[in-house]
Amino acid sequence: MAINQLSIFVENKEGKLVTITDSIANAGIDIRALSVADTQDFGIFRLIVTDPQKAKEALESSGCFVSITQVVGVSIPDEPGSLAKIVNILARYNINIEYMYAFIAVSGKEASVVLRVEDNNAAEKILIENGVKLLEEKDIIAL
Amino acid sequence: MANRYFQPEQETMPLEDIQKLQSEKLVKQVKHVYDNVKYYRDLMDAKGVKPEDIHGIEDLHKLPFIKKDDLREAYPYGLLATDLSDCVRIHSTSGTTGKRVVAFYTQHDVDMWEECCARAIVAAGGDENDVCQVAYGYGLFTGGAGLHGGSHKVGCLTLPMSSGNTDRQIQFMMDLNATILCCTPSYAAYIGETLKEKGLKPEDNKLKAGIFGAEPWTEEMRHDIEKSLGIKAYDIYGLTELSGPGVSFECQEQKGMHINEDHFIAEIINPETGEVLPVGEKGELVFTSLDKEAFPLLRYRTRDICVLSREKCSCGRTFIRMTKPLGRSDDMMIIRGVNVFPSQIETVLLNCGYTPNYQIIVDRVNNTDTFDINVEMKEEDFSDIPVGITNREKELQNAMKAMLGINPKIHLVAPKSIARSEGKAVRVIDKRKRLGINV
Repeated sequence: MAINQLSIFVENKEGKLVTITDSIANAGIDIRALSVADTQDFGIFRLIVTDPQKAKEALESSGCFVSITQVVGVSIPDEPGSLAKIVNILARYNINIEYMYAFIAVSGKEASVVLRVEDNNAAEKILIENGVKLLEEKDIIAL
Repeated sequence: MANRYFQPEQETMPLEDIQKLQSEKLVKQVKHVYDNVKYYRDLMDAKGVKPEDIHGIEDLHKLPFIKKDDLREAYPYGLLATDLSDCVRIHSTSGTTGKRVVAFYTQHDVDMWEECCARAIVAAGGDENDVCQVAYGYGLFTGGAGLHGGSHKVGCLTLPMSSGNTDRQIQFMMDLNATILCCTPSYAAYIGETLKEKGLKPEDNKLKAGIFGAEPWTEEMRHDIEKSLGIKAYDIYGLTELSGPGVSFECQEQKGMHINEDHFIAEIINPETGEVLPVGEKGELVFTSLDKEAFPLLRYRTRDICVLSREKCSCGRTFIRMTKPLGRSDDMMIIRGVNVFPSQIETVLLNCGYTPNYQIIVDRVNNTDTFDINVEMKEEDFSDIPVGITNREKELQNAMKAMLGINPKIHLVAPKSIARSEGKAVRVIDKRKRLGINV
């Protein structure tokens, strides 16, 4: 059920970002969402793309250091209070969120949220039980 | 100012007398070493030299060299030339692969060393009316103990501060009217900056002189320190293997360091061939300790490249002068006064499961050495969460600190991202060179 996120190590050096964006562009891959974690020395790029495997290969062949991380994707109505609802559910079950980021689909009716938790299966189970709609890989491509 | 000496008879001895004294002491020392140190006896036998072949300094070149590797191999007691019961002290250098160099001292050796430091203090204008703040590290490092002992011998009021705790250093300096400061030049510069931050002007302190050594520094740095502290800054040179600081020291001329020739014979050799070069030529500095009882070294290769000068000095000292080291013939770095070998860094990396593919970047910012190491992370250590990586960096930094005695800043980089080279890898980028520092 979980979706694949690319996690890319980016040294804080000139030209590093260009390498990443260029190799994804050249491989004809769409970026659906991204978030960046940064420290003084390096950043970690987290990307949701249409074809994670192909993107990984393209990035690696241009010298990037990439790993695939499984994250939970959920689809929520684009209206006040819907993000609060899922965060509350997870808090109630003591599931810690390491990080999260969200994006709105073109339709504008729904928003997608990417959640990084320790135990994907447990989080997914709880979210389903509470009526939250989960995203699958094919949903990402279709967005 | 009249010239003053701690031991005028020795320090102004005519050259012929120095050489006669050196010859007498050398003959005795070679016999002492040959009789009491098997390691040396084997080295000499292998070269076919017997103590009877050494009649004076003209025969010095017949003796084998001894190198740092020998000292490590002989660790801990292999080069000890007296009974342990005659020894009163050890000091030690930081060492590679966990093997340090330990030097032993009898009371005679300690006295001789402290006298050398006392000469340096007097040459910097010190006497019994001075308050001498010793801010070199105390402990296994020779800096603190050497200048501390020297200060006692001169009769200064000694402030045994050790290094660090700059606020306290400044408080004592101001409250107790310190007149002489002894520490590494980078620490002196740091104290100067801190004084300025506190709104204190150079004329607010009573310091008149500083005795700074244990790391490379430049004339520009001397100028900065002299300005920020309102003092004259003197260089001092030494090696733990030979005793510690005070093997040579600067006088008010500040043009090279006088080598205490009554205790040490200096030679300059071609580091490639071992051939002895005439005075005035640039080469590797080699020392023979003439008076050490417990840990005497004959023809010890320092790896420091420098030039000697017999030019007459206005201070009246007849001892030969050496330039600051102009470089090194090995890969040792001196960072914040501590000797660091790339091989030590390699050892830590291998012990911690990293590839020995790394890059050391040394620079000097605001007169303080910066020390960064880029290391390729292990694939399994990469995660999408930065703290996982920064924790690994901290662990590695602690392991480095335990081996080196100083803290590098570790930067984990992507696997296979540090350039491999065919021949000699560029492991060290020493940016201090751009400042004209001879590293």
